[in-house]
Amino acid sequence: MPVIETENLTKRYRDLIAVNGLSFGVEQGEIFGFLGPNGAGKTTTILMLLGLTEPSGGRVRVCGFDPSRQALEVKKRVGYLPENPGFYDDLSGRENLRYIARLNRIDEDEASRRIGALLEQVGMTKDSGRNVKEYSRGMKQRLGIAEVLVKEPQVLILDEPTLGLDPDGAARILELITGLSRERGLTVLLSSHMLHQVQQMCHRVGIIVGGKMIAAGAVDKLGSAAFEERRWNFFIECAGRSDGIESDLAALPGVQGIERRGKGYYLRCDRDVRPEVAALVVNKGMSLFQLRSEDTTLEEIYLKYFREA
Amino acid sequence: MSVVFWKELADHFSSRRFMILLAIIVLTGVWAVYAAGQSIRQDAESAPAEYVFLLLLTSQSGGLLSLTSFLALLGPLVGIMLGFDAISGEYARGTLSRVLSQPIYRDSLINGKFLAGLATVSALWASILLLVIGLGIVLVGFPPNPEELWRMLIFTVIGIIYVGFWLALAMLFSLFLQRTVTAALASLALWLFLAIFTPLIAQIVAGMIVPDPTAPEEVVRQTDVASMIGRVSPTTLYEESVQIILNPTARVLGAALQEQTQGILLTPLALSQSLLLILPQFTTLIAIVAACFAICYIKFMRTEIRA
Repeated sequence: MPVIETENLTKRYRDLIAVNGLSFGVEQGEIFGFLGPNGAGKTTTILMLLGLTEPSGGRVRVCGFDPSRQALEVKKRVGYLPENPGFYDDLSGRENLRYIARLNRIDEDEASRRIGALLEQVGMTKDSGRNVKEYSRGMKQRLGIAEVLVKEPQVLILDEPTLGLDPDGAARILELITGLSRERGLTVLLSSHMLHQVQQMCHRVGIIVGGKMIAAGAVDKLGSAAFEERRWNFFIECAGRSDGIESDLAALPGVQGIERRGKGYYLRCDRDVRPEVAALVVNKGMSLFQLRSEDTTLEEIYLKYFREA
Repeated sequence: MSVVFWKELADHFSSRRFMILLAIIVLTGVWAVYAAGQSIRQDAESAPAEYVFLLLLTSQSGGLLSLTSFLALLGPLVGIMLGFDAISGEYARGTLSRVLSQPIYRDSLINGKFLAGLATVSALWASILLLVIGLGIVLVGFPPNPEELWRMLIFTVIGIIYVGFWLALAMLFSLFLQRTVTAALASLALWLFLAIFTPLIAQIVAGMIVPDPTAPEEVVRQTDVASMIGRVSPTTLYEESVQIILNPTARVLGAALQEQTQGILLTPLALSQSLLLILPQFTTLIAIVAACFAICYIKFMRTEIRA
């Protein structure tokens, strides 16, 4: 049974349909990337998953509970990090976490233990005694990650968790999330614009535009579906006396087009020509540096779907 | 709810805002009582032997307001100060969605906040009362009698409810306006209107309803109309209640004809009789606090939490 499941989920504001018949599911232990332009309805969907907003129609189940009826059961199991997590400025980072722990009715000793460990994991131990007022944006973001983990949730819902973090900080946070997902079977729903990172860590992604899920699935599957014609495209880079290599490559059976790109060539073919290409390069006495099929990046997939919608 | 309550209470007590309020109120309170005590000592023969302590609270001297008037004026400020950023502040800091995604009922947040505000007000008001009693014992040389203590206690309760109204009102504005500054300004504007302009407007309107009174009946009618209109303001309700409860000899609110007062013995009223006299004011005060908070509660339960 999926941990998060929506069926025809709809949210209407007075004259605007923010979420329109959204149906998707996230399985136990899965990291699901939620992509879409600003204002696509990602945050509204997340709010409905948490019962912070009432859906206008459709069905939502989180851990088997209905968020608008059994909000407490859902909130016990779900850790939510909003887009711009705010904290009580006059309290220290540690005190902020302690308040959240109390709201979750975690006993004091256990809370201190968890908070200590989490602050260590997000690299905030040193600054945990200072008032949040003095924190930078990235520090707040890291504190936010620690905060959602205090209650040891089964599901994490993260809205732009890496916004405002430096590349190293972002990578560390994403590693932490991936690690937790792997170790504890944590289910993660993550919305982000960092497509490169989403591609690296998410098992599946969903692209939402104008309140509708226009595509969902594993990144490579989405890529091959979106770019059927790219299936036999290759990139080759080689070194040596390169006289005539371009025309020789173009003359290979199956190669339909060739184009110089950087230090190598980009081949459009109608079948797998890699053995022939490799043989040709070796026969000409050149050394082959790389020969790879051109992967579609999530960015390309995203843009393609987004422009089509 | 208790978690929210204790956190908010700790916030209130440690905030600079509360320190300033405490300083202002204690200083003005002590000053007012001290001045009243001095003037009572100077003309001791005019003061009644009974209820000297109550006199300390109500008598004004040397152009200074009495303690009760001071509190009528400053009480709303306390309420507004404690309530105006209750919800809007959480919005502004972006903490609301984080707190509400924890496993607590949504109403426990607003209940906790309101109760913490009330508890703060109670602590403030109780400390003033204790100060007054202590100062009074030093000034007049003997402790208050039980009747005086009871009356002061009821005065404190009325005061807390009065400030509770302003607290609920400020929270209401802070919920509807969602911007801290706007909420504070709106509450202050309403305070000025109700505390200062309503009595003036009441006078003018009464003058229009009963123009040019000549007969004593008409004068009384005009005063009655004015005080009825004035009672839309909780400040009036508070002042009337306090006036009766702290002055056992007072037996009517507003004006009375000479025929009506004829034959009335000038003995002080029993506490229960004074209470009976202010029952309408007292219940109305409680009702408006409840109404304000109820609107707040319903609105908060239905609102969408986006930030």
